[in-house]
Amino acid sequence: MSNGTFDSAFDPWANLRRFTPARIALGRTGDGLPTDRLLEFQAAHALARDAVHQAFDAEGLAEQLDSLAHVIVRSQARDRATYLQRPDLGRKLDEADKQALTAMNCPSKGSHDGYDAVIVLADGLSARALHDHGAALLRVMMERLAGWNLAPVVIARQARVALGDDVAAALNARMVLMLIGERPGLTAADSIGAYLTFQPKPGVTRDAERNCVSNIRPDGLPLPVAADTIGFLMSEARRLKLTGIGLKEDRPPELAHD
Amino acid sequence: MGFSATLGQTLYRFDDLGSLLARASPARSGDRLAGVAAGSDAERVAARLALADLPLRTFLTTDLVPYEADEVTRLIMDSHDGAAFAPVAHMTVGQFRDWLLSDAADGPALAALAPGLTPEMVAATSKLMRNQDLIAVARKCRVVTRFRTSIGLPGRLSVRLQPNHPTDDPAAIAASILDGLMYGCGDAVIGINPATDSVGRTTELLSMIDDLRRRWDVPLQSCVLAHVTTLIQVMERGGPADLVFQSIAGSEAANRSFGVNLAILKEAHEAALALKRGTIGDNVMYFETGQGSALSAEAHHGLDQQTMEVRAYAVARAFRPLLVNTVVGFIGPEYLYDGKQIIRAGLEDHCTAKLLGLPMGVDVCYTNHAEADQDDMDNLLTLLGVAGCSFVMGVPGADDIMLSYQSTSFHDALYVRSTLGLKPAPEFEAWLATMGVMDSRGRMRPALEGTGAGRLLASSTPKTGEAA
Repeated sequence: MSNGTFDSAFDPWANLRRFTPARIALGRTGDGLPTDRLLEFQAAHALARDAVHQAFDAEGLAEQLDSLAHVIVRSQARDRATYLQRPDLGRKLDEADKQALTAMNCPSKGSHDGYDAVIVLADGLSARALHDHGAALLRVMMERLAGWNLAPVVIARQARVALGDDVAAALNARMVLMLIGERPGLTAADSIGAYLTFQPKPGVTRDAERNCVSNIRPDGLPLPVAADTIGFLMSEARRLKLTGIGLKEDRPPELAHD
Repeated sequence: MGFSATLGQTLYRFDDLGSLLARASPARSGDRLAGVAAGSDAERVAARLALADLPLRTFLTTDLVPYEADEVTRLIMDSHDGAAFAPVAHMTVGQFRDWLLSDAADGPALAALAPGLTPEMVAATSKLMRNQDLIAVARKCRVVTRFRTSIGLPGRLSVRLQPNHPTDDPAAIAASILDGLMYGCGDAVIGINPATDSVGRTTELLSMIDDLRRRWDVPLQSCVLAHVTTLIQVMERGGPADLVFQSIAGSEAANRSFGVNLAILKEAHEAALALKRGTIGDNVMYFETGQGSALSAEAHHGLDQQTMEVRAYAVARAFRPLLVNTVVGFIGPEYLYDGKQIIRAGLEDHCTAKLLGLPMGVDVCYTNHAEADQDDMDNLLTLLGVAGCSFVMGVPGADDIMLSYQSTSFHDALYVRSTLGLKPAPEFEAWLATMGVMDSRGRMRPALEGTGAGRLLASSTPKTGEAA
């Protein structure tokens, strides 16, 4: 280390890095990773882990919703450790919260049969994704759902995707849109995933009966673009009365050119 | 058939063989999720006491997953080699553990025994073994397979070069391949997990690697880890498919969730053999497994996840694979919660597969919602190096940008090879020396002036530049 450089701390093929975001040509010290590269990785992993374990500020998110009607619920997973080990509990609504939602449900009356849809904002595996982009995504989503009979927005703690099935059943909503924090990667820890399910049946609905739009974040799939796609899927789901493999994201040309 | 054991003042009862195995398993989140784990440490040890006294031959007369309903059970029972089993046929599970650790159980004895062992026998015995037992016994097993390189020779550790990219961009994948080759990785396979499962893209990627291999005379095999039915179509259309890949599990229903059965695997195996692309051997299959996959598919038949995992190895060994690896930390914390559970599972999977005669490697890995980090992976990687693991993964910077999880890196491969004195497969090692990637002391220190390595990099860079 006399002259401050190692013979191998730099890989001469570093020009290949322009072809891929993969961590190539990192250089070496002996057989090991140079210090700056070691810490670069640890920084990315720390951000991802913190996003997984950060406490969900449901009340703070509710304040960002302006005057929109909302309700905060939780799953049967009481803490993060339980949530991570028991996905089955994260899919079920807390009993008291289920009763509270049932009291708010939209009664079936003649042609006006329940809510058209309910939107759920859920922590999932990244509370940070909802803190950073949840309210903004909801806002652009609402602009695309004018004329829909929507249930109050539900904010859910320690929630898995299928918790939305319980929510929709309790509120008597025909469709549920789950906006949920995705599992953080080393590249991004703030992605929201959107899961759309038509007439969900708690404990019965399979993943193949849902539509998913993922990687929603300003540096991934931008919020307005995601809202366009989700809005299209919701309209189609209402028309076709289904979601899942029978509902495709590909828009017919005349719609795509709108 | 019930079992019981007394620990202290308490009598513990176990309703059947499946629950006895599950209660005897070291603690892990997936067995709790399935509701089959021991309720206390004492119950766990009581189960081990009862299990230790169980005759090994019990597993030949008890079908934990019904024979009539499950083709994996039928495969296990119908292919059992009674003559190979004879030397240990009189033993209990506890006596068999003692024998495995004894001097009598040397490499040739273990190899001869393998066809006489069933997955359930091996799983049961592993539940009585500490981590050091799993390492010591696995180290004695010798399983060597060949295609264009030799996998599993003593003193060797191979590496799968895993150059994945989120959109399968050929130039990006080529850049990662070059990086890995300069770090001495790729002797197990260059294996790409494709983002899209299509015949066209699979053929394109295979052709790219095949061109590289032939132009630079590299002794390696390639694989695109698409579905087995995709590979069958690639082969039908004359694509350069070296190995056929498939994820497999330990029950017929779990395999159905992967879209495969034994007949489809047999068809693919025969198609790959017919191509005769191997130069020094004809092991043409590559399988991946992992604890928890059967439960995830709700196809675990009430059994613990490790027993179901070992049953998958019966599927693998029916097709004489070149490579098998468990993807041990990929499935998530609801199955393996933390570094301790991942390390234990990795050692179990490696040892039990080796006992059954498989060329076992391990994807030493974790996700960001597991309680694990690179220190845990260093521990498992080192332990597996000591245990004689056939191969590990080499992912650029340990960060798989397509599958969004962390595995072992090219640097990690250098570390474990140099620290434990392990070398690449001999055919690949010779190529590394010829090219100037490896120096005269066996270290990966690429010399680029006037060497093959320098010409390889120089020729590839403009080519990938055009592609971009």
